[in-house]
Amino acid sequence: MHTDSLLASAVYLIVFPGFIFLTAYGLFLQWVDRKLCAVMQNRVGPPWYQPTADFIKLLAKETIIPDACDTAIFKVLPYFAIAAVISALMLIPLWKTESLFAPFQGNMVVVVYLLTIPTVTFFLAGWSSASPYSTVGSMRVLTQLFAYEVPLMLSLIGPAILAGSWNLSEISVFFAGRPALMAAQLIGFLVAILALQGKLERMPFDIPHAKNEIVGGQFTEYSGRLLAYFNLAVDMELVVGAALLSAVFLGGAWGLYGAAGLALFLAKTLAVTFLLALLKVLMARLRIEQMVNFCWKILAPMAMAQILLDIVIKSRL
Amino acid sequence: MSKITIPLGPQHPALKEPENFMLVLEGEQIENATINLGYNHRGMEKAAEERTFIQNMYLLERVCGICSHSHTTCYVTNVEEAAKAEVPERALAIRVLVGELERVHSHLLWLGVAAYEIGFETLFMYTWRDREQVLDCLELLSGNRVHYSINTIGGVRRDITPEQKNEVLKRINFLEERTKYYIKVATEEPTVRARAANVGKLPYEVALERGAVGPTARASGVKRDVRKDAPYLLYDKLDFNLITHDSCDVFGRVVVRALELMESYKLIKQVLNYLPEGPLTVKVPPRIAPAEVVNLYEAPRGEDIHYLKTNGTDKPERLKVRAPTLANLQSVTYMLEGGWLADVPLVIAAIDPCMSCTDRAMVYDRKTDKTQVYDWEDLRRLGIEAYKRKGVDFSKF
Amino acid sequence: MKLKPARMLSEVLTHLFKKPATSGYPFEKARVTARFRGRIDFDSGKCIGCQMCVRVCPSKAIEIPLSEEQFAAPPVQQGQPAVPAKKQFDCIMKLGSCVYCWQCAETCPKHALITTQDFELAQIDPSKLVRHYK
Repeated sequence: MHTDSLLASAVYLIVFPGFIFLTAYGLFLQWVDRKLCAVMQNRVGPPWYQPTADFIKLLAKETIIPDACDTAIFKVLPYFAIAAVISALMLIPLWKTESLFAPFQGNMVVVVYLLTIPTVTFFLAGWSSASPYSTVGSMRVLTQLFAYEVPLMLSLIGPAILAGSWNLSEISVFFAGRPALMAAQLIGFLVAILALQGKLERMPFDIPHAKNEIVGGQFTEYSGRLLAYFNLAVDMELVVGAALLSAVFLGGAWGLYGAAGLALFLAKTLAVTFLLALLKVLMARLRIEQMVNFCWKILAPMAMAQILLDIVIKSRL
Repeated sequence: MSKITIPLGPQHPALKEPENFMLVLEGEQIENATINLGYNHRGMEKAAEERTFIQNMYLLERVCGICSHSHTTCYVTNVEEAAKAEVPERALAIRVLVGELERVHSHLLWLGVAAYEIGFETLFMYTWRDREQVLDCLELLSGNRVHYSINTIGGVRRDITPEQKNEVLKRINFLEERTKYYIKVATEEPTVRARAANVGKLPYEVALERGAVGPTARASGVKRDVRKDAPYLLYDKLDFNLITHDSCDVFGRVVVRALELMESYKLIKQVLNYLPEGPLTVKVPPRIAPAEVVNLYEAPRGEDIHYLKTNGTDKPERLKVRAPTLANLQSVTYMLEGGWLADVPLVIAAIDPCMSCTDRAMVYDRKTDKTQVYDWEDLRRLGIEAYKRKGVDFSKF
Repeated sequence: MKLKPARMLSEVLTHLFKKPATSGYPFEKARVTARFRGRIDFDSGKCIGCQMCVRVCPSKAIEIPLSEEQFAAPPVQQGQPAVPAKKQFDCIMKLGSCVYCWQCAETCPKHALITTQDFELAQIDPSKLVRHYK
């Protein structure tokens, strides 16, 4: 490989849009989310630097590792979560039509697969901390994973079928040119938003770490730097999830490049964040068995209906 | 899968006050629940014996922050009955008014807490924001938001002016509108229904058997309200309905409390519009002849019982407080068993627990079947010994 | 009963354009009503040292000691019995113990205890919570 492309890859991974940009934008989106919720609840909400301050504060705090836990796994899991999220971002088209790495057929499946890894690390984190709250929390993580993963995948299949491609950039190009078809994906988009809410473990699906029930859930025993990285991974997942939805359902970059493309990307992720915040504000937390019922009995059939609709449209094109 | 025992409390985000619930879990479902009380014993009853009747007013106000007026009114009624004092009607009316305002603020608070326990933060924020209105009313009338101190022995301390009356009416009308909206939200929002309906079932017979009181009992169809059963103050002259619900679950408790709010608004308007004229207080001598009195009061959480024994001095010989939470706690274990772990905070919150008001210390020896009350020195000695066994020596202090 | 998903949607969206209900205390002044019970002040000129307030205080927050400086007795008038000087009293108010019930001010027969509406009384140094009024 060329030195140039190696250097470029390193810059992509570490500075932009990789670790540093993703950290900054993730923290910013966390603030947007919190501020929107606060305003909708008629509160003041945090100042813009609050997530950053929280992050830095946690970095400075002592990290306590329980005696009973599996130390090696316990320590390494947050980094796995972050690495998986950054890799997923590299495969999604951001401010231009092509993704930065590997614009191959089927990269959509890889993104979904990579986004599952943080959830699995959450499960392992809870399981390895050997505390009753985290054990219950990690069991809930897994149960919830089986509930939302299917509707999420199904809702992404619909656009893929219509575009006739498993490549994210091809899907986005297909929809950017056909706004009417984009509008026809409304049900799928709704399902995807709800499933994404479940993936991000936010209200009404924040069951794994429902604080009124099981304190911190899977992260109960985490503290200091390790907890900071886990929180960061969740924030980054929000960015990546929003980017994925904007690539699949909202037509990606609409053929724009550079600064204009970046502005469009930011606008779309902000819009998705707004929808996610709205969902968070509007509902009460469900019970785990209600969540599974909801995903399998309502979301999955809705996604199927969308796929059927897409097949019908496809046959007419 | 093996069973897990989860301690809920004494420190837990769902509990505002320290009590301990040991839950044996089979997966997500609760097989067994035990309650351990006694983390918050403050020795109020003993302290009351050391203080004069007028000082006890301010002590008993602090039995509970939320039903502070309930406890003082019950206590003051006892003292007045023991002293055979005739309290003027206007004072009684003002006591009813503050009592109902307190019920409004307590029920709105509860609605917010219940919404918070099921993760519905928006409803929590909105109800607590609107609760400020009734707290402002209380501050306007009495001077403080929480410890109103409007009662005094023989009457009330503050009068109500016409401007205050109009201000309170204005705010109550606003709250009435908002409450109608919250009733709609609570009954029509699917996620709230999903979380509250069929949760924490307490059938009619069990509610009777375990002696549930207040909204908890009324939501199980038990027609039990001290204001109707044994009217005190002016309640026999006022027009209001006893609210019951037959669903026997948390949803029923939400509905009962919400509709009781509407009844309280009605009562507040009645009292404000027909405020009897007359003096505010009568003189009550500081020393009270030997007597024994018991009085009931319908606190927002249920039936509050005070027992008072006087001995001719200016201090009570014995004072006993039975807070409503103690009566309702018996039902909690029944409601928890067989339920989901996720519902535990809501079920506990649904009785509107006030743990600090409840805790009393009494030693019961299971082997010899004896009860014993320790005095201060004994307790101190036992405490020091208990810590010595843990390796900390406090005897030097 | 009918169910409406996202029942609070319209209410929540209107709040996007409303000001927060939170008050900005301490950056904006908190208001209290005219009946608010605040710190108790003391008028030494009226106090007769009857100790009624000390006895009635539920939290034992008041002490009324004799002042260090006492007025001299008025000069004896011709043909009149000697009048002793009016005794001067101080008031030590332990704000950390006070529960702000104002029972003392209501009990005081000479209205020597003055009610105020001060409520910003928090201190870092606990010794400053003991106010010595002269």
